[in-house]
Amino acid sequence: MKLVIINYGAGNIKSIQFAFNRLGYDALLSNDPEEIKSADKVIFPGVGEASSAMKMLKESGLDKLIPTLKQPVLGICLGMQLMCLHTEEGDTAGLGIFQTKVKRFSNDVKVPQMGWNVIKELKSDLFKGIKDKEYMYLVHSFYAEHCNETIAATDYEINYASALQHENFYGTQFHPEKSGKEGAKILKNFLEL
Amino acid sequence: MLTKRIIPCLDIKNGRTVKGVNFVDLRDAGDPVALAKQYADQGADELVFLDITATLEARATTLEMVLHVAEQVNIPFTVGGGISSVEHVDALLKNGADKVSINSSAVKRPELVNELADKFGSQCVVVAIDAKQIDDEWFVHLAGGTIPTDIKLFEWAKEVEDRGAGEILFTSMNHDGTKGGFANEALAKLSELLNIPIIASGGAGQVQHFIDTFEKGKSDAALAASVFHFGEIPIPELKKQLKANHIEVRI
Repeated sequence: MKLVIINYGAGNIKSIQFAFNRLGYDALLSNDPEEIKSADKVIFPGVGEASSAMKMLKESGLDKLIPTLKQPVLGICLGMQLMCLHTEEGDTAGLGIFQTKVKRFSNDVKVPQMGWNVIKELKSDLFKGIKDKEYMYLVHSFYAEHCNETIAATDYEINYASALQHENFYGTQFHPEKSGKEGAKILKNFLEL
Repeated sequence: MLTKRIIPCLDIKNGRTVKGVNFVDLRDAGDPVALAKQYADQGADELVFLDITATLEARATTLEMVLHVAEQVNIPFTVGGGISSVEHVDALLKNGADKVSINSSAVKRPELVNELADKFGSQCVVVAIDAKQIDDEWFVHLAGGTIPTDIKLFEWAKEVEDRGAGEILFTSMNHDGTKGGFANEALAKLSELLNIPIIASGGAGQVQHFIDTFEKGKSDAALAASVFHFGEIPIPELKKQLKANHIEVRI
């Protein structure tokens, strides 16, 4: 299987690469459109700030490429947020794959949400074998509002979409690569889609 | 609900863990990777590696250790100790660290907090603050608590939050090593004053101390070293008791 992690300058892709290594798969880091197009599975990572991440995507033309991909694509954290219509972070237009908007938590709660919280109301093959209310590791200040594409929900200040799916596109707000054995199961499920 | 985090802290020197670790089933207690894996399996929510390596040359060894931890450990980890530049942080994050913790270097040059938050995001910038209470006032101390300053804890904590810190790791010098409990009054005040997570450090000796710091100290996470390393408080047992006391933890 050819697995490509989109390398556009967003941080901590090493963790994702290692997580797949632990499952017995090699993942290629690349920003080459041909490599990405020819992959069986694509990971769209993201750690950092939305507007600068989007700027990097545009500079390499990846903003045009990603929505046209036909194979399973998994956006993680900021990757998922950038696949939405818009994010309040830096007032940034997203790739418009998921029909929802990304907002900031209010200051009624600590921001960022940092740590382990549960994902529930799971609705996708991505979560095969994962129990309802399983703990996942999250670290984020912005959240995606619920929409028809919600496949997991989490409570922090409000109830929001902690995972999304539209056709071949998947997104998780949590970090499966950092969420212990259960997180690894989700990555394995993704590879088996 | 977001759970309270339990964080073992490992001291690293030249890529090896120091301060005896008393795990019977570990062949090499000095191997940070083996120890980190063990803690992850026991249900630790995160790990902190504190690099006490003195020389610059030995830093490469630490970088290599970070890479090996990232390779094998599937929970988040923070690296701290002697970090004073954007380049150093870049190297640590590229090797797989999730967060970095800065302390004295932030006091010496507060702009470092802004630079790191701007370049890598607040979520990976932990500011560690060591402070001592002297006549009702908390003062920040540097170099592992050995050098006093006239900087006041709460003012400094607010400043680093404004500069972009994503989290505060607060160690009370009055409580550290005493095993008499965390500095819950100061911790609660930090939690009320700031809008970022607060990690309690210094003073863990019994399970009740963890219950207290989450309830009275309003801490978001609790860090400890020796009670975990010497098996005085096994993490699964700790979490079971926290849960029995209605504190949300990941089990």
